Amino acid sequence: MSEVVEEGRKLSGKKEWLKAFQIMLRARVLEEKLAALYRGGKIKGGVFLGRGQEALSVSVGIHLRKGDIFAPLIRDQAGRMAFGDTILDTLRTYLGSSLGSMRGRDGNIHRGRPREGYYAMISHLGAMIPVVAGGLLARRFRGETDVVGATCIGDGGTSTGAFHEGLNAAAVEKLPLVVVVANNQYAYSTPNSRQFACADLVDRAVGYGVTGHKVDGTDLAACMSVVGGAIEAARKGGGPQLVVADLLRLVGHGEHDDASYVDPALREKPVGRDCLKVAEALLIDHGLATAEEIEAWRREAEEEVDSTAARVLREPDPDPAEEDWRAVSTPEIEDSYCV
Amino acid sequence: MSITYIDAIRAAQQKALADDPRVFIYGQDVGVFGGAFKATKNLAREFPGRVIDAPLSEDAIVGIAIGAAIEGARPIVEMQFADFSTCGFNQIVNHAATLYYRTGVPCPIVVRLPSGGTPGGGPFHSQSMEAIYAHYPGLVVLTPATVEDAYSMLLAAVELDDPVIFCEHKFLYYHLKADGLPTEAMPIGKARIARPGRDATIVTYGAMVHEALAAATELVDDGYEIEVVDLRSVKPLDTDTVLASVARTGRLLCVSEAWPWGGVCSEVIARVVAEGFGLLDAPPQRLNAKDTPVPYHPALWGTHRPTASTVADAARHLLEI
Repeated sequence: MSEVVEEGRKLSGKKEWLKAFQIMLRARVLEEKLAALYRGGKIKGGVFLGRGQEALSVSVGIHLRKGDIFAPLIRDQAGRMAFGDTILDTLRTYLGSSLGSMRGRDGNIHRGRPREGYYAMISHLGAMIPVVAGGLLARRFRGETDVVGATCIGDGGTSTGAFHEGLNAAAVEKLPLVVVVANNQYAYSTPNSRQFACADLVDRAVGYGVTGHKVDGTDLAACMSVVGGAIEAARKGGGPQLVVADLLRLVGHGEHDDASYVDPALREKPVGRDCLKVAEALLIDHGLATAEEIEAWRREAEEEVDSTAARVLREPDPDPAEEDWRAVSTPEIEDSYCV
Repeated sequence: MSITYIDAIRAAQQKALADDPRVFIYGQDVGVFGGAFKATKNLAREFPGRVIDAPLSEDAIVGIAIGAAIEGARPIVEMQFADFSTCGFNQIVNHAATLYYRTGVPCPIVVRLPSGGTPGGGPFHSQSMEAIYAHYPGLVVLTPATVEDAYSMLLAAVELDDPVIFCEHKFLYYHLKADGLPTEAMPIGKARIARPGRDATIVTYGAMVHEALAAATELVDDGYEIEVVDLRSVKPLDTDTVLASVARTGRLLCVSEAWPWGGVCSEVIARVVAEGFGLLDAPPQRLNAKDTPVPYHPALWGTHRPTASTVADAARHLLEI
């Protein structure tokens, strides 16, 4: 490889860091607002934040293209925004606005636009793995080859039957599926020691016959490189990829949870680093941004989030009288008694 | 030409595959082997790459069908036995059933459930799941009782944009024969008067339609004309046809092979009582399977489920009230 090409690649990688960081920052600022809205009683359901997981999450969304499939999980605000989700629709969905993509019928992280490849998760963990696999199977039927489907899960979700069945079935079909595990050390309050007995979750890859990747989930540069590589490998026909990232959930399971069960020693370890601060240092060290610029971006994001939240809070609530209360898409076959 | 119920199911799938390139079949042993009941015999050869063997993973099978449906495909899933659909239950009731309401994107999947008892089937190869699925909003639950309905309702199910639980009855697979395949069909959601009568109405579906018809024949000797309503579809449920029949006869017996608690019979009776109380000359009755797991030995099984003889007894009781 010529020096020019190598330099160019480095540069392009660095430019991607900058873009990824800006999305991480916007996701962090938005989530801080969501927490404030929750504390202020404006958001009625749960609020589930991705603090500490933005570097990993953004690395998934940013490497997917229009036309790919993405089924994020609960701590993927950054990945969602990298894939095209907006501050506006996030706020609308959390606040239950009828103008949001879920129209008040579903809320918070259960949002998506399936027709645009952005699948709306159900709460049952592991369930999105076979669903993304099925989407990819249908794309294969149509002769599409340059497509990837990615989905995210946590350490707890790897214990479900759906995780096993979905990854195994995808491996049998050699589908271009990327499963990204955020090993954030706790499933709600359950530590890894009560979740699995294998040495490392990535060891499971060999059992499924898929390629496994391990990454430090607190390190944006590493996440961009490893997740990007896994997505590229799937795109090139390498079959399913399993990425396992070690990191720490820096918030409670939801905003109702003070996470008092988290071992304080973990926060002092490398796994407990805040990926946003690590990424900030990365940009400054590489001369990609100054602390002042980063502060300015944060203020810009805060202004946008605040003004969008103010707008959404003024929007009308869904009107039960306008709701059609119909769960089937074909009106003719609606059960008459249910009308 | 004599066509069996299972032939009709196979023929419907063949036609769906031939007519619509979006259709594919996914399930255990459905490929070259042709399925446990041969419902997909020769289809893998005729439609290469579109009749696909799945791992023993009911949750993943339904999940994959849902994903494919989101992307515009029309999957037909074969559960090897209705009983095993419990392993795919989450994807059916929480994902397929909620997708349209939540996202506005329909979920056109068909899940075929080889349902109901056969001699020797035992607790885990005999179940009738229709009431459980009908409980969930967003699902269409079909229970064809005839060769003609097995064919035309399966084709209609594939065309429908909503998730369909297709409860095909294993007891009818080889027993039931017709002269040919139908070219016209009643719409989904319309019940059928399988036998007209004036003294009492038996509302039923699936294999029990044939037990009820045999019971009605038996009761002719007693001087009774029994009307038999074949629901065809338990969700949507054709309350109008049931009420019209009860208006003619004044008496209602509801028969189902499923367990009694919270079932199709209780739903039918609840609707008739609520909307047609004044039409009734006697308290509505129901006859279900016994409230135990489905037993293995044919002697026990034959007593566990309603039969022509027990249906006739229940009808006599109703007529004497």
